[in-house]
Amino acid sequence: MEKIKSLADLRKMQENLRANIDLREKSNEPDKRIQVKVAMATCGIASGAKEVMEVFIEEFTKRNIDAVVTQTGCMGYCYAEPTVEITKPGNEPITFGYVDVKKASKIIDKYVLNNELVDGIIPVNYETIDNK
Amino acid sequence: MAKIKYHMLVCGGTGCQAAKSEEILKNFQDLINAKGLETEVQAIKTGCFGFCEKGPIVKMMPDNTFYTQVKPEDCAEILEEHIIKGRKVHRLLYKDPETGEYKSDSKHMGFYKKQIRIALRNCGFINPENIDEYIARDGYQAMGKVLTELTPEATIEILKKSGLRGRGGGGFPTGLKWEITRAVKADQKYVVCNADEGDPGAFMDRSVLEGDPHTVLEAMAINGYCTGADKGVIYIRAEYPLAVERLKIAMKQARDYGLLGNDILGTGFNFDIEIRYGAGAFVCGEETALIHSMEGLRGEPTVKPPFPSESGFLGKPTNVNNVETYANIPAIINKGADWFASIGTEKSKGTKVFALAGKINNVGLIEVPMGITLREVIFEIGGGIKNDRKFKAVQTGGPSGGMLTEKDLDTPIDYDNLIAAGSMMGSGGMIVMDEDDCMVAMAKFYLEFTVEESCGKCSPCRIGNKRLFEMLEKVTQGHATMEDLDKLRNLSHVIKDTSLCGLGQTSPNPVLSSMANFANEYLEHIGEKKCRAGSCKALMQYIIIPENCIGCTLCARNCPVDAIIGERKQVHVIDQDKCIKCGACMEKCKFNAIFIK
Repeated sequence: MEKIKSLADLRKMQENLRANIDLREKSNEPDKRIQVKVAMATCGIASGAKEVMEVFIEEFTKRNIDAVVTQTGCMGYCYAEPTVEITKPGNEPITFGYVDVKKASKIIDKYVLNNELVDGIIPVNYETIDNK
Repeated sequence: MAKIKYHMLVCGGTGCQAAKSEEILKNFQDLINAKGLETEVQAIKTGCFGFCEKGPIVKMMPDNTFYTQVKPEDCAEILEEHIIKGRKVHRLLYKDPETGEYKSDSKHMGFYKKQIRIALRNCGFINPENIDEYIARDGYQAMGKVLTELTPEATIEILKKSGLRGRGGGGFPTGLKWEITRAVKADQKYVVCNADEGDPGAFMDRSVLEGDPHTVLEAMAINGYCTGADKGVIYIRAEYPLAVERLKIAMKQARDYGLLGNDILGTGFNFDIEIRYGAGAFVCGEETALIHSMEGLRGEPTVKPPFPSESGFLGKPTNVNNVETYANIPAIINKGADWFASIGTEKSKGTKVFALAGKINNVGLIEVPMGITLREVIFEIGGGIKNDRKFKAVQTGGPSGGMLTEKDLDTPIDYDNLIAAGSMMGSGGMIVMDEDDCMVAMAKFYLEFTVEESCGKCSPCRIGNKRLFEMLEKVTQGHATMEDLDKLRNLSHVIKDTSLCGLGQTSPNPVLSSMANFANEYLEHIGEKKCRAGSCKALMQYIIIPENCIGCTLCARNCPVDAIIGERKQVHVIDQDKCIKCGACMEKCKFNAIFIK
């Protein structure tokens, strides 16, 4: 094994290693980051939610966007699957419907990066217990 | 390539391993491979999460789902439901005992809400057997910074400013200790890590070593740089096989990376560490006894001075610090003295790890800021007393400490307040007692421990504690007189004043504090021959109520010593001379005809 020869080397090494536990670091403080929840129930998966989730994860890594991608169960909008809920820090969650691979990239370009809305938003018609 | 989407953290602490967490980890790994999910899901072994009451723990990241009491056969369901279908396995979530609600995120659990994790920052988060994960979380950065950018004096100054005090029990300022050792001139010095955790019920040092061994190695190297030592020794009890194993793995990895050894990080600083095993004697937590044991001598203390900082291991200046103290140091160097000093009370900075045990709902390991109250610890974090019984007392500081009662519940916990309340911080064991615990019996229990653990070198401790124990025995048997109470008190003070080391100087504390706080219970045992908690068997009598007894003979048939006499359909009587007070008769009686007097 290569020895670490200086503090600079150690710091460089840390930079590279950070990615391995990034997932855990981020989930420690999810409120400070963009949270993406992909509905991954039977209906979601059948409509391609798995591929959509890949896109989010890969694009975020590629573009160095600080976000947590998790999967959830069925959100109830089975007619609009795959559905994705995005919460930006300080904002209300927004749920997007009919998200295919192409639309996923569009959402990242428009909403995640530039706060522009994309069509296919499902109006929020429920309250979660956290809000109460 | 697909990117890892899930980390499944499986607790690999001793407690959870005893409950088959290794099998759980293996099951997960097998299932992940069988389903071809290697590129998406990782199962990782971590250190202790602290919530041992509900172990084994499995935590799912990134959604922070906290599964409790997981069994090896649950693995398939977790993987199938949680990972593949995205549904939480409800029955394994933590259920809030008060509201009955299921909580999936550990942040919403009362147990974790008030905790601040500094010493335990990596426990239950990283794989302790993987140095890369430690490095990813700022590991060895503090050492690198100290060696490259700071002088030993400046580093000691940071520690002094942070207000860190020894976590092993004494509470001596750590920076000052290092400064004293640094000032002594010698050709060879040593730094020692005291991992001889002997306080019954305390296991924070074990958890740190099992969950985050590198932090201790890093801090010892910093200590070596500051005090001028190039050799470190970890003194650990052989009863901690898992901690020893993880330390060995960590030391090898650190050497492979050149983070231990010669010319560390190209700074010319040399430092290496070896392990010495203890046989688990309580007295070896005392630093002079510890050093003698490391030298291969009997684990007996000697009079201080000379302090180890002048003449310690092999006669050389030696700096001894405890595991938890070390675990705080890298964090202090990385985040700064001001950050650390902003947590805690005026004279006790930072956090303290406590091991909750006894009659408390959430048995486990917690790290809380100094200055938190006992009430918060016991009722909010600890979830209150088991079976809705009434809180009676809590013993802090182990066998050297004292009992704190209802009136102390709102005292902010720090070194000085605990001493003022008649107890001490100690290493952080907290044993909670309820109304079913007899305080005389508790004092006797602790005394029994010290009698067993006394090294026998000085007579006050060797003989005095034995006599104290015998007097307490007399009280619990109902043979004591009022005179004995005075004797108990006097002898306690003599032992405290004349014993050689901390063990004897503190061993009468449980007696004195229980006498001070629960004088009535002592008086009842002596005057009325009564134990209100019903735990001193010699003072109990099982009696049959003639009006309720129908003579079914069930009790007589179940009595293991044939102490119950009576014909069929006649009232039965218990022969008190024969009765061993096992309670079998009362348990069996269907007519509530037996009671305890």
